[in-house]
Amino acid sequence: MPKDATIGAGDKRREDVRFLTGTGNYTDDINLNGQAYVHFLRSDVAHGRLNRVDTSAAETMPGVLRVFTGADFAEVGGLPCGWQVTDRHGQPMQEPAHPVLAQAKVRHVGDPIAAVVAETREQARDAAEVIELDIEELPAVVDMKAALDGDAPKVHDELENNLCYDWGFVEDNKAAVDAAFEAAAHVTTLELVNNRLVANAMEPRVAVGDFNRATGDSTLYTTSQNPHVIRLLMGAFVLGIPEHKLRVVSPDVGGGFGSKIFHYAEEAFCTYAAKALNRPVKWTATRGEAFVSDAQGRDHVTTIELALDADNNFTAIRTETYANMGAYLSTFAPSVPTWLHGTLMAGNYRTPNIYVNVKAVFTNTVPVDAYRGAGRPEATFQLERVIDKAARELGVDPIALRRQNFVTEFPYETPVAVAYDTGDYNATMDKLEEIGDLGGFEARRAESEKKGMLRGLGVNCYIEACGIAPSNLVGQLGARAGLYESATVRVNATGGITVMTGSHSHGQGHETSFAQVVADMIGIDASMVEIEHGDTANAPMGMGTYGSRSIAVGGSAMVRATEKVIAKARKIAAHLMEASEGDIELKDGQFTVAGTDKSVAWGDVTLAAYVPHNYPLEEIEPGLEETAFYDPANFTYPSGAYACEVEVDPETGKVTIERFAAADDFGNIINPMIVDGQVHGGIGQGIGQALLENCAYDENGQLLSGSYMDYAMPRADDVPFYAVDHSCQTPCTHNPLGVKGCGEAGAIGSPPTIVNAVVDALQRGGHDVKHIDMPLTPSRVWAAMQG
Amino acid sequence: MYAFDFTRPRTIDEAAKALGAEDAQALGGGQTLIPALKQRLAMPSTLVSLSAIPEMQGVCRADDGSVCVGGATPHAVVAAQAAGDFPALADLALNIGDPAVRNRGTIGGSLANNDPSSCYPAAVLGTGATVVTNTRKIAADEFFDGMFTTALEEGEIIVEVRFPVPRRAAYAKFEQPASRFALVGAFVAQYDDGVRVAVTGASEDGVFRWAEAEKALGAEFSADALDGMAPSAEGMIGDLHGSPEYRAHLVGVMTRRAVAAAG
Amino acid sequence: MPQVSMTVNGKPASGDVEGRTLLVEFLRENVGLTGTHVGCDTSQCGACVVHVDGRDVKACTMFAAEAEGAEVTTIEGMGEPDGTLHPVQQAFQDHHGLQCGFCTPGMVMSAVALLEKNPKPSEAEIRDYLEGNICRCTGYHNIVKAIMAASGQDVGRIAAE
Repeated sequence: MPKDATIGAGDKRREDVRFLTGTGNYTDDINLNGQAYVHFLRSDVAHGRLNRVDTSAAETMPGVLRVFTGADFAEVGGLPCGWQVTDRHGQPMQEPAHPVLAQAKVRHVGDPIAAVVAETREQARDAAEVIELDIEELPAVVDMKAALDGDAPKVHDELENNLCYDWGFVEDNKAAVDAAFEAAAHVTTLELVNNRLVANAMEPRVAVGDFNRATGDSTLYTTSQNPHVIRLLMGAFVLGIPEHKLRVVSPDVGGGFGSKIFHYAEEAFCTYAAKALNRPVKWTATRGEAFVSDAQGRDHVTTIELALDADNNFTAIRTETYANMGAYLSTFAPSVPTWLHGTLMAGNYRTPNIYVNVKAVFTNTVPVDAYRGAGRPEATFQLERVIDKAARELGVDPIALRRQNFVTEFPYETPVAVAYDTGDYNATMDKLEEIGDLGGFEARRAESEKKGMLRGLGVNCYIEACGIAPSNLVGQLGARAGLYESATVRVNATGGITVMTGSHSHGQGHETSFAQVVADMIGIDASMVEIEHGDTANAPMGMGTYGSRSIAVGGSAMVRATEKVIAKARKIAAHLMEASEGDIELKDGQFTVAGTDKSVAWGDVTLAAYVPHNYPLEEIEPGLEETAFYDPANFTYPSGAYACEVEVDPETGKVTIERFAAADDFGNIINPMIVDGQVHGGIGQGIGQALLENCAYDENGQLLSGSYMDYAMPRADDVPFYAVDHSCQTPCTHNPLGVKGCGEAGAIGSPPTIVNAVVDALQRGGHDVKHIDMPLTPSRVWAAMQG
Repeated sequence: MYAFDFTRPRTIDEAAKALGAEDAQALGGGQTLIPALKQRLAMPSTLVSLSAIPEMQGVCRADDGSVCVGGATPHAVVAAQAAGDFPALADLALNIGDPAVRNRGTIGGSLANNDPSSCYPAAVLGTGATVVTNTRKIAADEFFDGMFTTALEEGEIIVEVRFPVPRRAAYAKFEQPASRFALVGAFVAQYDDGVRVAVTGASEDGVFRWAEAEKALGAEFSADALDGMAPSAEGMIGDLHGSPEYRAHLVGVMTRRAVAAAG
Repeated sequence: MPQVSMTVNGKPASGDVEGRTLLVEFLRENVGLTGTHVGCDTSQCGACVVHVDGRDVKACTMFAAEAEGAEVTTIEGMGEPDGTLHPVQQAFQDHHGLQCGFCTPGMVMSAVALLEKNPKPSEAEIRDYLEGNICRCTGYHNIVKAIMAASGQDVGRIAAE
């Protein structure tokens, strides 16, 4: 069959048909025979001593199968943390226990105390209401700096204090950085908050545990971005189930954005309870529950200083960040403010001296972990905001100041331990000026002024480190897991291919773009390739999807496995055509012998592999199936330049985004339609962070924004059409596809753009406003204008 | 939700009878009540749906010229049917919630709940409308009794709301960014005998009339007449979405915008 | 338990329900149509939008008993029996108006309702109409574009502006 799709083509997504017709298979669509339901009784206080949990009345309620409390999990392992950070003094971070159900204390609103399993959801909830609790409420620690006071209440009594770690990066550079500040001609300082966010994937989390008494096998259906990681963490560290007796399935997953990476208590509970009760046990989060049980994102408070010489060259950057961990360490929480943040502080610029200090703090709030961008948005935000402020202080054009300091020669070793392989930051800035029509801004501003609106332009750059890897490096940095990816390419007798990937698609369209890659390599139609993911029973051990790693790492594994398949198929073809293997060429699904008219089709070769009548059995085995694990040599470094124009209503403070442009360099592109969509979505979330979203707690640790009534999600009328472009392509030098990853760029690059634009609008309007903390809600902008 | 019986009477009398049962509760469109029930914030014995009572549906023009809206009329129907006779009311209805909410939510449900951020109370108070129940007529100025509180007795049903049609009127809303309810909404209506200004979203006492603005606009119906005016921030709501000062300021802005829109 | 009967996607559907059974629960659990999703509990996200007697409503904020005798259309009822997609569904695929797919059924049902009332909506009218449908994946760009395309408008120049 001739191919009609290749790498670089905007194939329509095959997965869309099931999603558009209501025939997707999300975890909540799974209902097992004899299924019972669990309701979690959660703490409504942020901090308290759990003196008594009396379940006796609940146990007698109609339909109740069993009521579980922390005592039932006393012998079971706690939820593990997958990353250990070493502090400035070489000591390991403080790492508290994270029980499945609260033991002795509750530490945040939403902390699960008891779990009622009953025949119906409502029965479980009815019974939970009659559980008698004696909780001695303790003062809550919410503010990070206050949490580090000597007399602050301790979130974890067994720890020395509320400091998880005090991290310095690179500690040995500190003296040189301080000296550079001493010598600086100009220093710009900015204190800012990177607001706490709730990921809010539209599908709330769901877990269904199942146990087969005949085989002793457990199965967990869960809304996860990385089912293999859940199998490893839950099996090895929590429940003690060997992996060959535990299957984890993540079917269609309705968005993740990081929040579905982590191993959660509810997953362990449903798996455990299914075995204890010999019944499938299902949990479906309500949105309200999601607000107090899904790991949240961001929540940094930072002071950043930028030193410049007399010629406006950046000479040093120094930062001090307080990073909120919440009440427990979520799976990858410690890595976010450190290795995913400190390593990015060089941005797109030649700054010889950089020192990053991060104090990670426990508070009586929901745990915080990776959310789209994870550390990199926080780094980009502070860097691009302080550069913007410096440009204003120095009276220079913010674009010119950036260009002057761009890294222009690659590879480039930053002072924060990473090496950028490729990039062309002037090219993306040029492209941005073109697609954003920045030259037309002044005319548009004049139009806005006529309407009584303040118009501003914000511009910034970003760089990110994606395709998180290599394993040996991340191991040195404290990761307790590898970060390779896997793929099995199974060629069927008639030539069709099933690829089982360890990556997981929950909106990214892998079923389409991954198939394009394999089809392209062989020269067959993409419809002959099927991508399977999300079931540990099928796919080889994989690490899942996050950190914009799927195509760069998972795609590379698939390329390697496909290369092995092709190599073997070439041997078979050589045998069939009685030619030398070295003369065999593969093009458009045909094997030919160079310089002759001999050929065999892909399907002839695959059939021979499985019907090996005429086959080199003495040289190779029958069959055509290969697995590869790919562990990259470096991160990938996508970069870009973003521009935003806003209008501010001077009477109300309301900000409207009038234009948004993004010029990205993602290296090579597999499916431009999907890449556009990823950027759009990231920008949408960045607009949310910049203008709307605010996960706020009061001083008692009560969540003030616990539903969509108070947590403002971006809606269609909050955003404009976006002009996006990814024609600037400097391919990654160290993966076979030359790809860099595109999933997080929009969320990383957009928030500073918007804040820069609002500050610009206000200053042009005569307001002496240097910074406003996100989200830039109407009330905050109005208050800033009042001075 | 707690369990309850559900009944869907066809007449007002049947509904009133059903609501006579202990802990029975009326259900309008349910767009606020159902989320509250999901949170188990209410435990009715019986929910009495008012959605199948034909005489409580629709918009008509009474002999005295007032626009009469059936108590169980969804917002979308008001938006469509009041557009000719009372465009300001239709416009207000057209901007409540979202389209799906407008297809279910009703005027009676909104008024009986008297959420301090909902839109209809501003129209009712801003026009001096009459709330007609199954037992009596209640003047707007007597109906609203602070946040989530009204003059309605237990089991009393809002059958109809009668709006005297103003010479000109408009409603201007500044939305709370998350809920899209009114952070501040101002309804301004000019009648032969004076101007009424009702403000929702802002006050801890719920919807209120802004007397100073009414006086100023009575003298001169123009946005300029309110130049620099805003009510005191005292008693205004302060929360995540805005301080009392911000809300007080917005009352001035939104009232001026309503006046400008009324033309 | 009282019985409720309605027509769902042209076929009769009935079942025993409690008073508190929501329409979305009836559709998902009694009728087995799991295309209608639940994404929030405050009637805001719109993943549950279906049509009841031709009007778009949130199936999570309506009791099944209130749909007694009604004609209900869900996402499963939008395409042709031979699998041909409804023009709005097709436009969503053509213009990449969906990613994870979870909000998609509600988006499509709202979009179809809009186009029935307003066959050629402007960009602003589309964005306004989608106030009650939250998508976390797409940034709405391609959703708005798909709806414009489904209404026969030229979307070739979008975002080149």
